Formats: sequence, structure tokens, C-alpha cells
Amino acid sequence: MTVQPKIDTSPPVSDEIRKTTCYMCACRCGINVHLKEGRVSYIEGNRDHPVNKGVLCAKGASGIMQVTAPSRLRAPLKRVGPRGSGAFEEISWDEALALAVSWMKPLRETAPEKLAFFTGRDQSQSFTGWWAQAFGTPNYAAHGGFCSVNMAAGGIYTIGGAFWEFGQPDWERTKLFVLFGVAEDHDSNPIKIGLGKLKARGARVIGVNPIRTGYNAVADDWLGITPGTDGLLILSLIHCLLEAGKVDLEYLARYTNAPLLVVEDGPEKGMIAKNAESQPFVIDRRTGAPAPWDGKGVQPDLGAVYQGNRTVFQHMAERYLAPEYAPEAVAARCGIAADRIRALAAELAQVAFEQAIEIKQSWTDFRGDFHETMPGRPVSFHAMRGISAHSNGFQTARALHLLQIVLGTVEVPGGYRLKPPYPKPMEAHPTPHFVTAPGKPLSGPHLGYVRGPENLALKEDGSPARIDKAFTWENPFSAHGLMHMLIPNAHAGDPYRIDTLFLYMANMAWNSSMNSARVMEMLTDKGPDGEYIIPRIIYSDAYASEMVAYADLILPDTTYLERHDCISLLDRPISEPDAAGDSIRWPVVEPDRDVRPFQSVLLDLGARLGLAPMVNADGSPKYRDYADYITNHIRRPGVGPLIGFRGDGTAEGRGDANPDQIAAYIANGGFYQAHVPEEAAFYKPWNAAYQDWAVKTSLYETPQPYLFSIWSEPMRKFQAAAEGLGPIQPPDHLRARLKLAMDPLPVWHPPFGDAEATGWGYPVHAITQRPMDMYHSWGSQNAWLRQIRGTNFLYLPTKIWAEQGFVEGDYARVISPNGGITVPVAHMAALNENTVWTWNAIGKRKGAWALDENASEATTGFLLNHLISELLPDKGDGARLSNSDPVTGQAAWFDLRVRIERVGPKDHAEPKFAAVPRVVPQGKERA
Amino acid sequence: MTTLPTHTEKKLGLAIDLDTCVGCQACVTACKGWNDQGYGVPLSDQNPYGADPSGVFLNRVHSYAVQPIDGAAQTINFPRSCLHCDDAPCVTVCPTGASYKRAEDGIVLVNEDACIGCGLCAWACPYGAREMDAAAGVMKKCTLCVDRIYNENLPEEDREPACVRGCPTGARHFGDFADPDSKVSRLSAERGGYALMPDLGTKPVNRYLPPRKKDVPYEASVLAPLLDIKASGFAGWLDRVLGKI
Amino acid sequence: MHPAPSVILFSVLSGAGFGLLFYLGFGLAHPSGWAAFLWWGLGYALAVIGLSASTFHLGNPQRALLAFSQWRSSWLSREAWTSVAALVLLAPMALSDWLGLGLPRGFGWPGAVLALGTVFTTSMIYAQIKAVPRWHLWLTPVMFLTFALAGGAVLAGQSFAPVLLAVLLVVLLAIWQVGDGQFARRAQTLGTATGLDRIGTVTVFEQAHTAGNYLLREMIFVVGRKHAQKLRGLAMVLTCLLPAVALAISTGWWAFVAAAVCHITGALAARWLFFAEAEHVVGLFYGKR
Repeated sequence: MTVQPKIDTSPPVSDEIRKTTCYMCACRCGINVHLKEGRVSYIEGNRDHPVNKGVLCAKGASGIMQVTAPSRLRAPLKRVGPRGSGAFEEISWDEALALAVSWMKPLRETAPEKLAFFTGRDQSQSFTGWWAQAFGTPNYAAHGGFCSVNMAAGGIYTIGGAFWEFGQPDWERTKLFVLFGVAEDHDSNPIKIGLGKLKARGARVIGVNPIRTGYNAVADDWLGITPGTDGLLILSLIHCLLEAGKVDLEYLARYTNAPLLVVEDGPEKGMIAKNAESQPFVIDRRTGAPAPWDGKGVQPDLGAVYQGNRTVFQHMAERYLAPEYAPEAVAARCGIAADRIRALAAELAQVAFEQAIEIKQSWTDFRGDFHETMPGRPVSFHAMRGISAHSNGFQTARALHLLQIVLGTVEVPGGYRLKPPYPKPMEAHPTPHFVTAPGKPLSGPHLGYVRGPENLALKEDGSPARIDKAFTWENPFSAHGLMHMLIPNAHAGDPYRIDTLFLYMANMAWNSSMNSARVMEMLTDKGPDGEYIIPRIIYSDAYASEMVAYADLILPDTTYLERHDCISLLDRPISEPDAAGDSIRWPVVEPDRDVRPFQSVLLDLGARLGLAPMVNADGSPKYRDYADYITNHIRRPGVGPLIGFRGDGTAEGRGDANPDQIAAYIANGGFYQAHVPEEAAFYKPWNAAYQDWAVKTSLYETPQPYLFSIWSEPMRKFQAAAEGLGPIQPPDHLRARLKLAMDPLPVWHPPFGDAEATGWGYPVHAITQRPMDMYHSWGSQNAWLRQIRGTNFLYLPTKIWAEQGFVEGDYARVISPNGGITVPVAHMAALNENTVWTWNAIGKRKGAWALDENASEATTGFLLNHLISELLPDKGDGARLSNSDPVTGQAAWFDLRVRIERVGPKDHAEPKFAAVPRVVPQGKERA
Repeated sequence: MTTLPTHTEKKLGLAIDLDTCVGCQACVTACKGWNDQGYGVPLSDQNPYGADPSGVFLNRVHSYAVQPIDGAAQTINFPRSCLHCDDAPCVTVCPTGASYKRAEDGIVLVNEDACIGCGLCAWACPYGAREMDAAAGVMKKCTLCVDRIYNENLPEEDREPACVRGCPTGARHFGDFADPDSKVSRLSAERGGYALMPDLGTKPVNRYLPPRKKDVPYEASVLAPLLDIKASGFAGWLDRVLGKI
Repeated sequence: MHPAPSVILFSVLSGAGFGLLFYLGFGLAHPSGWAAFLWWGLGYALAVIGLSASTFHLGNPQRALLAFSQWRSSWLSREAWTSVAALVLLAPMALSDWLGLGLPRGFGWPGAVLALGTVFTTSMIYAQIKAVPRWHLWLTPVMFLTFALAGGAVLAGQSFAPVLLAVLLVVLLAIWQVGDGQFARRAQTLGTATGLDRIGTVTVFEQAHTAGNYLLREMIFVVGRKHAQKLRGLAMVLTCLLPAVALAISTGWWAFVAAAVCHITGALAARWLFFAEAEHVVGLFYGKR
């Protein structure tokens, strides 16, 4: 026997580790970037980091293939041929910036709204929004409108916080976890870590999702619901709980607006009754008399009737006790048997009320009442895009929050916990700002939370002030804008024409648009004068996406390892329920191409345009680059982009700018955490200790205790307007829709077009999920990730598969009212029987992303986007309504209805698009 | 070294929890990333941006549909990598001694300097654990991150395989199956860990923890209404509910 | 299994070559002078060409000598030893026949035994692999040895060659017959391979990777049933029937050449099937077998 080889089991790992923040998706995990001889050699999760605690997803661990991808843009480009022809010439940065300024400056001086600046998967929205505000255009938003706004706004308007990364179940204590909705994307590592904790201690997980993959694959129980009916299921669960009296009355009385009184009649009908000081009030059970809602010792009476006005609780109970919400009444619609709905309700009640827990931690509430302990109900919920990307998504998100509320599980041990800066009531957010004046900045931030019709972004003639028609009667609470309507509206000149479209990191010519083929035409259409209808397009991205070919000027961005970034509490931070947190990116390697970080470029442009906050008194640039801005920008006195190491390096939350702040962040692993005191850990919206801590940490300026909004007064204001009440009135054609959609209590209505779709012969729901190993279109340029998922299939449920005799290798024609596609199919049994689905954004256009034209992504891969119209069907009334939620304007991607026809075997998907001209050469070898 | 050690002091291996794996592929690229720069030659990729890309991965996660006799269909994600068999057929077939099983810990390794790239070991493995590197012409396989688990240049907590360290759900556990008190041994005992294709006589070290029983009907009785709401009306219901405060 | 041309060529040519050398070594054929040179040369050429073809598929052929090191456990290593030993030990006999040195015939016997031994070790490389049930059969060495003996007999111009060809026909029919049921007898399914049969019926939902890989190329090869049946027929006709007929109707050189060419061509087809029809259990994980 020969000797076993001796191997070195302790080789040096790398020369150096640099800790920064991942950007392979939106989770913002901490990463250790190992360098050997100055090159990235390995990327792993940072164990100390609050988001990922050392673990890393498939994308994050493949980052090394992204920073070396051949698809990276290499230098600024100027279009020299027809738009879309791919005729570009490389120009210098000076030329590029001068050209951009020559387009933008006249607009600023005459009509700032003619610049529309929209950013896609931007993680610097508090900065880009600030820039747009300084420019003075009302036309700014990021991608939230086509992504998540129902989820965000539904939460903010109800509990002052949302699902996704804005909160999380109490993973340590919850005993029953119910997860709604498809798309296993946002906050993915934290949710995976959490699921792992539940699994390790054998806690129960229930999935409510048409598709059983991923998180739902490990769920102990699975309810394969019909898309768009989650709200109905949830309200039926509430029905069952109310019917049995299994609701947390104490919680409802103390922490929600359930005991507030609703004006029964008159001009104020439906508003919360106010006292002489314009304050809402409750009836104190001890006295039977009105008492301040936040008075010490007050015991609000849920059953009160005062001056003929009943409490919110009574309105709510009456609504949901109605037979229309009985499980038997909703079962067929939801695709879930009535006894399973009843069983789920029973399980929720059993765990919430029979298995209640308690933490021995005293605390004082906002009324000044002292509590010895923190009781908890160990039932928790979370939701993904699936429930929200429908035209009833806002109300569905609200319904789910209501379910949490009636069980008393929000902000309690074992329940759903918000992450700072949340909880933060709607009232603590700004309202939208939109009034423009030549040469002037906007008076405040673009995006905000509308309280009533008076906050709508309407011009004096009632027409929309914004190009995307955000904050109008069509979608009053569009807190994230409607990026998906930007190009269609600009093309239609509805509500007006713009001059320059300035886009960052948004693949609008492909997977980020509905009706992609038509959008591509809109980008190249010319008017009768021979000029492009959208005259100028400036685009910044790091990679050769499908969109790049349609730009007139390309400003190449760096990759995420070559730049500074700031994950700010002013924006979308990386907090945990027990700590506020923010983080940075910093250039761990230098770019090897003539590219610049977009944020630095934006500051440069701002200085060249003379935008006030970006220039010194002598006209010189105020900020050297984005790092300088991160360090020195002051948003409010003592408050800057980062909360850590302020002032002399020890101040937290508030303090002067610290020139060494970024260095301190780097030394700390790239992030900072301000820990929530233990007595402030739960009951945050009502916990005096939390409120004080939040003020100290700069989350609020004053304590902001509030009641959860079961009854939404802002919604009622719109509903009342639609009923003819009040001075500001909607257009008549929207009255019926507003009355339905702006119901102050969570309500379910079928997704728009549902009945018609069924009647016209589109019986099948078609949806997408984002795979856990791909971030939108980005993964396909990654040598490792594209091997995992280089093409996609349309998954058909057994019913359709068997009925039409599909066999492996078949293609199907998928037809919607908007068009047809022919795509490869595969069978999936663990799927709602009336639903088909595929992975999102795997299909690529030939020639994009530096891939071979015959890459599977471009031959057999496909998008469902071509089937989805950006507009609702024309009802002949001339209204051009977007295919969006009527409350928030969230793109209703998942309302798609189709029919399926077997085609047989084929070797490529259709439609086949001509190759998009290359702006970088095709990739050959891997780095 | 083609003969197998008669005894290994340790039996290092993985316990993979199929009840917890969500199929996120994190272990797949964590492995690829580490081993691309770790033990032996890089894990090469051919035609990485082309029509027919192909590369070496030492760990792949399958996704299976499972249809119980009664009850809803399930999806089960199934990571597959070297099982570090006690009776590893891949070792004994090797003509050069490149393939061997370490006497101290049972890890099955390939000494790439001695590998002629004949591929016979990959044929011999029933589990598809070995992949030939097309660039270097040597056989690649899971090393259980032998260059991590003893690596004194790594913090102690990081001395585990890259796939285990990176797994977001904690579905992968690393340890010594020879030690009945190790975490992996206890998990395997508690959860009924099983070996793959034991009838082939390979005696795998790795264990799979089976999925827990799913879709078991909830046993508690359904919620009983407080009272007959139709008969007593909403007011009656309200009195009854609030009377409970 | 992927029917790699190099391995098919190797095993067919070296099998026939060592078969021929067996007859020459034992002296069942004992040419002299330039005829001996040609005959021995043919045997050596086939064996050596076959052996060198086998290195074509190696990733690192420059290290091939290492393959001699593991004779205690590895059939491939044993094959290396037996083949070289056979070729070395037969060399004096070959030289003697060519140059008329008159060495006793007994000098050829050990080499002749080793020539057949080489074929046996080759067969065991396949037969030992439990993961390929079609190969993991006592019939596999029988088939290889019969091929060597029959092919060698044809090449050596042995009058009893038609008899051996008939035996080979029977062996081929047997190995196909037994082999066809072999995977099923092993009773492995995707369910048993994954252990998920404890829950229900297992099918592939999604492949682990959409891209190809070594395992799929090397272990998973699907040959159509009709195609296989045709090839089997062709293999039997070319390998056994036509050579037997040719040798039966004539003893002329043309009959010898025609029989040899037919036999080798048929053997290539049969060997292609040996690989192409062999299913590796790893295919189960991919839902392909």
C-alpha cells in the first residue's frame, strides 16, 4: 500500500478580506470579499452582519462572476445612428457630461417636468430623489410602482410598517408561521434563516400559494390558492375567528382604532368622530363617557355607541360576519375547500390563544400605563409579491394585516415585528410634492403618503402633475410612483410630452415593462415631424442589458464592488427588529474600465447644472464624489445618510458629519447597528421606551405613538368624495371604482378584468416567480448562475396537462387578450389547478448581456410580459386606465389571464425578436 | 492508495435536511466559489456565455415532485454531492492511486497530480459525485472542504465546508458520524437519517434527514360559533363577545 | 453510457489482437518467415493500437505509467500489467517464428495465457461496476473472452472459427437477453435512489442545472429501442454470420479478409451497443434511464 499523499490542509486563504455589502439582489447582505494579488478570489457572507449572519445565497456567492462579466459596459457611449440600431461611438466622460448638461439645463430653466428621472433597482433612492427634487422635476420615482407598493402602502396605512424586509416574524418564538404569496425574493436570506430556525425546533409552517416550490416546498401544510383570491381567504378566516369570538379584544381595544367611533351620517359620514379639539376619542368602559384615545388608564369600549355613532369594531365585525365571507361561500372561488379554511382558522386561534406566551419584561405604554410583562401570541405571518401584484393587492395586504391585528400578533412576542425606522405611522411620512417652477427646486420630496384628496398631485385644471399619473384619482396612494406607465404615457403624450427620459438600472425595453414589444416600438417611434416621440434618452447601467441599445447617451456605471454606496435609514435600511442598522459599500477593487459610479456622476451633473445643494457659494462642486456626500450631507440638523460614528466618532443617530465615518464603517465590517433597548423590543408603536429611543436615534423628531388603522380614514375620504361628499371631486368615470377600491375596511373584489377574462375564454391564471438564484435579468450574464437556470418552462397543472394530452418536450401557445406566445411547457402537480407559471426574467433578447445569440435564454427562454397590457381594456369611455391597483397604481402583473393550446414539439419559443445590437462583444472565456 | 483503509478514526460527512432545504442553490455556488480557488485545479467552465455552457459543480441541487398515494403533490429539493462512502467503489477502481480515502477522517479525495483522467472512478460512483474537469483533465469531487475544516488560517467557526457555512436555512450539517454524540449523529438518529442506495454496498457516510410528514389534517376541532348569529342577530353576538372581556 | 469511439476502438481492436496473439502464442497457428512477421505484426498492431487508443480519452495521458501502480485493487491497473506482460512474454516467440529461431512452442504459452488474461481484465473493468447493472454480470467477461477467442480464430485462420462465431452469437443473444432485464432486477428507481419513495411516487420537477454537464454527457446516453434492435441484428450478421459463411465457403485469402473485416465491423457495432445501451444508475437522479 502506497503512502497517503500529504496535503496542505492549512493553505493561506487570501491576502486580504474586505467587508462590504452585496448587490446581487435587493437583500443587502454583508459580504467578505477575499482578494489575492489585488483580484477578487472568493466571496462569502459576513458572520457579523445583521442581514445574513454569515450565510449567502446562490447569487451572492456568484458575485465574482458578475464583477468580471463580459457584459460590463466599458466607456460612455453616444448614439450616432438611428435609435435601437446599436450605432454608438465611445466618448469621453467630459463629452458625455457636457452633452447631458446641454440637454438638461434648458429644461430646468424652462420646464423642469420635461426631464423624467426614474431609477430602477436603485438602492440610493433618498439620494436620487434628493437630486430630482433639486432639479425641480416632479417626475421622479424608483421601481416600487411595478414591484411592491401595494405591500408597502397597505402596511403603512394599516400598521405603520410592512411585510418584506420592513419587518419579520419573531423567528425565535413563533410557533405557527403562515406565508402568503409567490415570489421567494425579498429579504430572502433573512426569511431562509428564519425558516431554518423554525424547522430546527419543529415549529409549524403553512404556505398559502398557488405554487408549491421553495419555501412552500418545506411548508408542513400547503393551500394551493387561486391567484388573486388571497384577500377573500383572509377575510373568510377573519369571519371564522369573529364567529367564534376568537379575537384579541384587549389588543383591539388598546392598540387599534377599533374603539374609535365612526360618524354614522351627514357630511362627515364615515370619518372618525372627533372631539372639540379635533382629536379622536373613545368611550371609557369605566365611565361610559368619552375619553382621550391616549388617556392614562382609559379602557376603550369596543361596544360603545355614542350619539348614534358606532365603533370601528362594530363596523368591522358586522362586515365580516356576513355570510358572503363564510368559508362555504368563498371556497370555490379560492380553490380551497371550506373545511380546510375552517381548520386553518381553528389552528390560528388555537396557537394564538391556547398557546400564548409571555416575556418577563415590564414596559410602559403611551398612555402611561405600566405593564409587568409582554404577553405574546405566537402566530406570525409574512407575505410576498404574490398577494400584492394584483388590482386588489392593496386591499389584500390590508386584509392580511387585519388578520394579524384581530389575532393580536403584531409587535408582540411570537408575532410579527417591525424593523426601525418602522413602526412609523402614515402621518409621520411626507405628502407628495409636485409643484414645479422653472429654475427652482421642488418644495419637498416627490413621494409620500396621501391623507386625502387635497394631497393629490393634480394641476389646477385637475390634470395629473406627474407623467406617470401618480397620486391621481386613478391611483391616489401611489407612494412609489408608476414606473411601468412612464414610457407609455410619455409616448402617448398623456398627460403631457416630455423631452428627456433619464433612466438608471431599469430594463424597460425588456423584462421590466408590460407589453415589452410595444414598449420597444414606443422608444423608437417618431412623430410626423420625423423626430423621436420621446426625444432624448439617457441611460445609466453597469451592464449591456436590452435597454442599453435604446439610449442616446449611455453613462456606464461601476459594478457593486467598485463603488461607494449607502444603505441608509433615510431610505431602505438593513435594520432588525432589535436594532436600527445601515451600511455602506466601498470600492474593494478599482474599475479596469472607463466607468464611473452613477451617484458620483449625478453629483457631477448636479454641480454642472448649478443645482443649489450640490454647489458651493462660489459655484464649485460641493461634493467631490458620492463618498463625500455620504460623509458630509446633512438632511436635517444632525442627521445624515448614516447613523453610526457621527460627530467625534461616537455619536449614534444624531451628530455632526464625521470625516472619518466611512473609515469607521469599513473597520466595523461595513455596517452599523443601534440596538433597541430590551424594554423597547416589543409593542413598539405604543411603547414609551421605544418612542424615546427612536427620537434619540433620529428615526422621528418627536414620539409618534399611534393606533393601528382597521378603519382607514384617508381611504374613506376618497370613497366619500366618490359619493359626492366634500369639495374636491373625482371625475365621474372613476366614481364607481373609487367607491369600491377605497373602502375604509379591507375588502375583496375580483381582480379587474376577471369576469371578462373568464367570459372571453381566458380561464387560466398565469403568474411568475423570481427564482432564488436569479435577480431579475441580472443572473443570465453570470457564468455560474446561467448554468443553473439558463432557460425556463411554463409549468402546467395536471388538469391542463392531462386534458390536452401534453407530453414531455411539448410547446404550448399561450394566448391572452394582449397577444400570444409559444413556449416550452412542463408538468407540475403541486400547483393550483387553474394556474400556470414560469420563472421571471429568464428569457433574454438575442445579443443582450454579452451572450451568444443562440444562448438558451434567447432561444427557448421566454417572458410572459408580452401577454400583459399596460392598460386595462378600453371600455369605450375614452379612459386610458393603467393595468394597476386602483389604490396604489402597483402594476397588476399577476392579474394575467390566458388560455393554453397544445402545439407539440418545437425548438424555440416565439415571438422571436431580432438580435439587439451589441454594445459589448460576446463573452468568450470566463475570468 | 487504491485500497481502502480498513478503519478510519473519524467519519466526516454531511447530514442534509430535506425537510428544511428550500432549493435555493446557495450551497451550489458557495461550493463552486470556494473550490474554484481552493484544493486542486479551478472548477472550469466551458462556453460560459455560449449556447451550450457546461462546467464542473461538486454539488448540485435537484428538485423532485413527489406524489403521495393520498394528499397533495409535494416538491422536495435534493442536494447531491459525494457521500464519502466507507466502501467507496470510486477508490478501488482507480488505476493510479489518485483516488483515495483518508485514513484519519474518511474523506474521499483525488490526488490530482496522479490523476490520468480516465474517468473510471466517475463510472464506479452510483451517485454522480465526480465530474471531470474538461480544462485540466482531472477528476473533481467534493473534498468536504479539506482545505477549510482544518485550516488554521480560518477562524475556528469557519472551519466547516463552504456549503454548510453558506446554507441560509441551515439544512446542511457537518460532523463526525463515527462519534455517536456528534450533532450529525444525533440529528440522524432523531430524524431517521438514511443513506442513499444502501443495497449497492457502498456504505455512504452522509445521511439525508427525511422530510417530515406533510399535509397532516389539523386535529383540533374547528371553531365553534359563539352562538347562532342568524337567530340572535349581530347585537346578540356583540353582547356575547364583549361579555367575555 | 456514452459510446466513446476511443474506448470502443480500444476494446474491439485490443480484444481481437490479444485473441490473435493467443492463437499465435499457443502455436495453434504457427506461421514462419515473413508470414509470421505479418501475422504476429497484425496481432501486436491491433493490441498496441487498441491500447494506445485507450489513452486518447485520458485527461492526462502523460501520467499513464502511474496506471501500473494499483494492481492490487484496480482492474484497469491489472489490465495494464497483463497487457504489457503478454506483449513482452510473446516477443521471443514472435521473433522466433519470424526469424526461424526455433524456440520451443512452450515459450509462447505463458504469453498466450496472459493475452487472454488481458481480455479478462478489460472485461472486469466493466463487469465490476455495480452502478451499471447491464455490465455487472458474469456474462460480461464471457462475452469479452468469446469475442477474443472467436475474433482471434478468424484472424488466425482457424478452421474452427465458424464454431466459435456460433458460440459468440449465442453469448451475444444471452447477454442482450439478460442485460435487458438487468436494471429492472436491480430494482432501483428515482424513488429508491433518493429514498423519497417513502413518501410517494417520485418524478423530476426541475433538473438541477439547465446546462449540460460531464455526468449527462458521460453516463446518460439514450438509444432508441428500434434503433438498438436494428443494430443488434446488424451486429449479429456482421460479427458472426457473414464471417462464418465466408470461411465456410472458401479458404482463400479474400474470404479471410472479408471475414476479418466483417467481424471487426460487427464487433464495433456490438461494442457500441455495449456502451450505448448500458444505463448508469446516476441517470435516475436526472429522471433519465
